[in-house]
Amino acid sequence: MYRYDAFDQRIVDERVAQFSDQTTRYLAGELSEDEYRPLRLQNGLYIQKQAPMLRIAVPYGLLSAAQLRRVARIARDYDKGYVHFSTRQNIQYNWPALENVPKILAELAEVEMHAIQTSGNCIRNFTSDPYAGVAGDEVIDPRPWAEILRQWATFHPEFAYLPRKFKIAVNGASEDRAVIQCHDIGLDLVRNDAGETGFRVLVGGGLGRTPIIGKEISAFVPWQDIITYCEAILRVYNRFGRRDNMYKARIKILVQSMGIEAFREQVEAEWQHSRGGPGTLTESEVARVAGHFVDPAYETLPAEDAGYHRQLADNKAFAAWARRNVRTHKQPGYASVVLSLKKTGVAPGDITSEQLEQVADWADRYSFGEVRSTHEQNLVLADVRQSDLYAVWQAARDAGLATPNIGLLTDMICCPGGDFCNLANAKSIPVAEAIQERFDDLDYLHDIGDIEINISGCMNACGHHHVGHIGILGVDKNGQEWYQVTIGGAQGNQASLGKVIGPSFARAEMPDVLERIIQIYIEERHADERFIDTARRIGIAPFKTRVYADRDVKKKVVNG
Amino acid sequence: MAKLIKNGKVVDDNWQVLPADATEVPAGPVIVPLALWQSAAGELADRGDLGVWLAPDEDPAELADALPSLAVVAIEFPKFADGRGYSSAALLRSRYGYRGELRAIGEVLRDQFFYLTRCGFDALQPAEGRYTDEQLVASLASLGDFSEPYQGAIDRPEPVWRRHQRQQVAA
Repeated sequence: MYRYDAFDQRIVDERVAQFSDQTTRYLAGELSEDEYRPLRLQNGLYIQKQAPMLRIAVPYGLLSAAQLRRVARIARDYDKGYVHFSTRQNIQYNWPALENVPKILAELAEVEMHAIQTSGNCIRNFTSDPYAGVAGDEVIDPRPWAEILRQWATFHPEFAYLPRKFKIAVNGASEDRAVIQCHDIGLDLVRNDAGETGFRVLVGGGLGRTPIIGKEISAFVPWQDIITYCEAILRVYNRFGRRDNMYKARIKILVQSMGIEAFREQVEAEWQHSRGGPGTLTESEVARVAGHFVDPAYETLPAEDAGYHRQLADNKAFAAWARRNVRTHKQPGYASVVLSLKKTGVAPGDITSEQLEQVADWADRYSFGEVRSTHEQNLVLADVRQSDLYAVWQAARDAGLATPNIGLLTDMICCPGGDFCNLANAKSIPVAEAIQERFDDLDYLHDIGDIEINISGCMNACGHHHVGHIGILGVDKNGQEWYQVTIGGAQGNQASLGKVIGPSFARAEMPDVLERIIQIYIEERHADERFIDTARRIGIAPFKTRVYADRDVKKKVVNG
Repeated sequence: MAKLIKNGKVVDDNWQVLPADATEVPAGPVIVPLALWQSAAGELADRGDLGVWLAPDEDPAELADALPSLAVVAIEFPKFADGRGYSSAALLRSRYGYRGELRAIGEVLRDQFFYLTRCGFDALQPAEGRYTDEQLVASLASLGDFSEPYQGAIDRPEPVWRRHQRQQVAA
């Protein structure tokens, strides 16, 4: 992974000093609440219901074992001994004291971590494919490009006070695992007919209040030009994006109101002035950064490890785990392991300090000292020998991190919701938990198969509910928490936005609602047809009919 | 007398900034709103002590031809979180080649100084009364918040990897 040189380290150290001084001035009353707010937000610090929340950047989801240990130590020393992994691959502390934040940042800086631009109306952390560098379908490794762009965006002086937040995702595989169609800029690494590297650039995607799938602004931007091209997009947005209404301030609204053609023309016109200028990338800079992302020292192994296959045959529980939580790897004899942070009874994405330290140990022992976080809020050991999988499973099982549910119904994406977040209209964690409890039969879960349930506690959509096969959105009706259900959303190459099936439900109804939706699927599905494919084929009407059946009866009785 | 940070130093300032609805241009060094300048450009052209200020939504292109005759161009930040002025400044310095004084006015705070100067402002004028003289002097420290920024901007057009040899990882 990328390791800091003296320049990177100095920037992060100087940030700690800067923020420490700003916080001191704020606490001394020299900075007003309004003046301090964007400063702390651009350092990931929210003032929440119970306590501040501090969001730490995990650039494109990559963490070292040493970083995990430090994150664990900070959680123990300054928080309640656990952290939360967010849907943008970042880490959140839920209970730090404001006056400790500068100290926390200083301790993070020692292991090349920071909270820079994890919130606020600026360019946010870059997200990417958690299987970068190990996936069989990878065309170009996205990590060096995400790092190059991360550095470009860090403290960019022109784009620190944008109309609204700005999220960029980079994907380099034939399957999109970075949700690039739902980002302000989505970058898809491609090769042109001449075999040259470049980017297909999408713009104006996003979830939130107005979910929109991004539109292609350029089919191919040569790699040398990607910084100047992104800069042109950002400048047009910074100048012309709406600032009068925060709900209409994202770039998606600007693109929508101008139309993609007019927006493209304006970006191209802007780009003609900077194209070829000093922001143009050089082979040597790309090579310098790419040098941090070379393959680890893989052993030459047979494609299939005989011992692993014996263990699979002998142990049903191990086989069930391997089937869901182990992924194929480009390197013969290796696999990637997903550690589930979706155990029933634990808030999705939460992990304790002890568990973090254990994961760090497994990373050192089995996976070249690295861990990745996923936007589905799980962790990945990307480079495990097949012959080590059994040992990893045993250790993970003992630690409560081996729930064999990756991609299954209980592997839900879920924001912190009303339990923690000021923005939320409704709680999300208890809904996830109630659904997990209802679907507690592992055989049934495997029978239901691949399905994505995404839960957001408000329309800001941190839980990505629009792109869940089943999406659940917390809404406020007269001070009460209600939940709206969508069906048919999807991430990936066939990204789509779910459709609302009807009036919202009380929290207690949600497990029944889910059960009915799943029943319809079981009845209607063709052999080997995934939930999302059935939902696309039959539409939302059959789900709607069944889910609201009682209500119609009641209504008829009342009316009749 | 009003204070101004110019090229990293606190100096006295004798320029008067006229409000957006001003219709008369008094004698003496004065910075006028764009609309007033446009309506009276002919009469004002020969004055050596004239500046124009732009609101965030006013296009710097409007001033492109007049820049050589202006002693000051100011950009207004009605709210410090309104970031349009950063792009206006960058455009004036790069596309339109403006070399004179470029002044940030309005809600100008020390925690934005570093970004402002990177985008080409050489004069920073916090609202009168926002800082004491002592605080203004102390605020100069914020100009040096970061010593080697990553990306190119107006102050340093080249990104750090062009300005310096960066360390290669051992193969």
